[in-house]
Amino acid sequence: MTFSLRFRAAVVSIAIFLAFIGVWHLATRQTASVGTMSPEYAKLMGLTATSGKSAMPGPLDVGAKLWEHLKRPFYDNGPNDKGLGIQLAYSIGRVGLGYLIAVIVAIPLGFLIGMSPLMNKALDPFIQVLKPISPLAWMPLALYTIKDSSLSAIFVIFICSVWPMLLNTAFGVAAVRKEWINVARTLEVGTFRRAFTVILPAAAPTILTGMRISIGIAWLVIVAAEMLVGGTGIGYFVWNEWNNLSITNVIIAILMIGIVGMLLDQILARFTRMVTFPE
Amino acid sequence: MSTFDNPFDPARRLRNGACSCGQHASQSEHEATLQLSCDIPATEDKRYEGVVASAVMRAVFPKEIARRAFLKSVGASSALAALSQFFPIKTATEVFAQGAGKLEKTDLKVGFIPITCATPIIMADPLGFYKKQGLNVDVVKTAGWAVIRDKTINKEYDAAHMLAPMPIAISLGLGSQPIPYTVPAIENINGQGITLAMKHKDKRDPRDWKGFKLAIPFDYSMHNYLLRYYLAEHGIDPDTDVQLRSVPPPEMVANLRADNIDGFLAPDNICQRAIYDGVGFMHILSKEIWDGHPCCSFAASKEFITTSPNSFAALTRAIVDATAYASKAENRKSIAEAIAPAAYLNAPPVVLEQVLTGTYADGLGGIKTDAKRVDFDPFPWQSFAVWMMTQMQRWGQIKGDVDYKGVAEQIYLATDTAKVMKEMGLSPPATSYKSFAVMGKSFDPEKPKEYLASFKIRKAT
Repeated sequence: MTFSLRFRAAVVSIAIFLAFIGVWHLATRQTASVGTMSPEYAKLMGLTATSGKSAMPGPLDVGAKLWEHLKRPFYDNGPNDKGLGIQLAYSIGRVGLGYLIAVIVAIPLGFLIGMSPLMNKALDPFIQVLKPISPLAWMPLALYTIKDSSLSAIFVIFICSVWPMLLNTAFGVAAVRKEWINVARTLEVGTFRRAFTVILPAAAPTILTGMRISIGIAWLVIVAAEMLVGGTGIGYFVWNEWNNLSITNVIIAILMIGIVGMLLDQILARFTRMVTFPE
Repeated sequence: MSTFDNPFDPARRLRNGACSCGQHASQSEHEATLQLSCDIPATEDKRYEGVVASAVMRAVFPKEIARRAFLKSVGASSALAALSQFFPIKTATEVFAQGAGKLEKTDLKVGFIPITCATPIIMADPLGFYKKQGLNVDVVKTAGWAVIRDKTINKEYDAAHMLAPMPIAISLGLGSQPIPYTVPAIENINGQGITLAMKHKDKRDPRDWKGFKLAIPFDYSMHNYLLRYYLAEHGIDPDTDVQLRSVPPPEMVANLRADNIDGFLAPDNICQRAIYDGVGFMHILSKEIWDGHPCCSFAASKEFITTSPNSFAALTRAIVDATAYASKAENRKSIAEAIAPAAYLNAPPVVLEQVLTGTYADGLGGIKTDAKRVDFDPFPWQSFAVWMMTQMQRWGQIKGDVDYKGVAEQIYLATDTAKVMKEMGLSPPATSYKSFAVMGKSFDPEKPKEYLASFKIRKAT
């Protein structure tokens, strides 16, 4: 008998996962005890030094800690210690805001560039120069000029997620079939109406692909930005736990960042499917 | 003598350097021999009175010998009585404790870096020192020194924890545009150490360190100046013989484990963490380089002081009060517990306890005790600032002539509370310069140029 492809893929996924956990567990097992030390001295030392515990946490340590975080994700102990859920919410909020501003700027501008070959040529050099700049390079400049760390983080999200959307929108708009536009012209459809009823639906899949790339970039950037400015958010959480040399919590944060990033991507993917049409 | 020691004790000194009787190398040695217990006042009223009385005694007796002779001849109690005749210590203490005017701003934000140097700033929150002054202070953990600087300049923070030389660097415009900064109080004295990787446990002589890669937290830091000083005294040129890297503290421990660096001079809790994790050992404490050296400072922009003088005064009082509390050995254990949670230092309590109580594992299997491993004394001696400027010049951070005293007096608000005390009708200490010794070489704040010229190893400028 044969199982569906989906089922077989799931079995392989689980097998890979279990193998990974198994190797991880074996690799981080406690090595032999290190020498002898007086009990008073041992009391002042950590487990790595006293019992040869690996500096890298094993899957069981991470699992236990993860459970602790999941049990109370929304606790709030003042400005420097908040639950994982609150930290993620802060990050998502910042990403959402920066991304929204980028959408508001990039899509109309992309339309303009796509519809006007003149603007396309004129703006191209600026876009090409600004596009490859790393998010962290913007950070000091933003902090220095905006004079607000939270707004600076949002600005950095904006500046980094605007380019893929802009370019994809421009490309999508420019690539709309000439026949469709010509048909609209013969029917004497005005510029605005043409943009909304003909070009927008035709370019929508490309635009949404750009938006999907952008949300991925925005989520990449937020962690780095928050590590730099501190305060709140999942990036700050990573930095704070790194300060404490708690690799367990860093791993948990990485896992959470991955899951949220995947969810954001899936949401955009669903929208893309909604606007895609068969030709 | 620390600001919190009893100023009416003739055996104590008002200033540092050797011991009070002159027969021992250091005051701690002197105390060990004489079994002198320094009785620091217990209640907060007493604590305030001690601060005020210290200031008064300094003002009345700028010369150490005269004060001691006076106390010896009349005794402490009559000295206090005599002093109270012409200076209302009780009233001054009350004014100091309560503050003078209405607070312009009660919700304040103070930034800090999670290291034990920030102890007074941090503990003032969980232990209620800010509340006592009617302040509602958010202490905000911050990702790095440059961010602290920018957030204070941006007025997101009203005041902040900074490395002691940072306000000088900022005011002089080194590494940023010049903005007038002030240091109303020193956060901690001592409290650093040189930690080396375990593989170097037989290389205890710095002369063998050629080619080492050593880490410091920031260029404008006491860590940088002390490490360079220490190396140079042992004939190692810090610019050519070793590699000094600016590395954030948690990465120091990770890099030491990964064998990327050979050691570092860092805050004690980072040193102790390296030991706790079994990756390094304590070579020396920074107090063995300069006993009583300042480390971090409590800094505020001049603008905050002028726009909210009463809030600034209340904040300074809270810090001074917390510092006084932290200076007492019996409180250290509870402080370690108070500042260990994730909201503050986010570190294992046993590590902080070892730092603050001074009984610590040295990483080589031994347990050492040094109650003054880290200590707290807020008085921002202007001579500290002068010394830092000599080192900034020595290593090429400042070029050309420096108006040592002018800069020092603008930035280091001498009395931990010079301004605060003045506003309350108190006379600040008569002198804000003291000489001290760094690795046995004495520093005369009156002759910084000669001091600078006396070093063989320095950057040629």
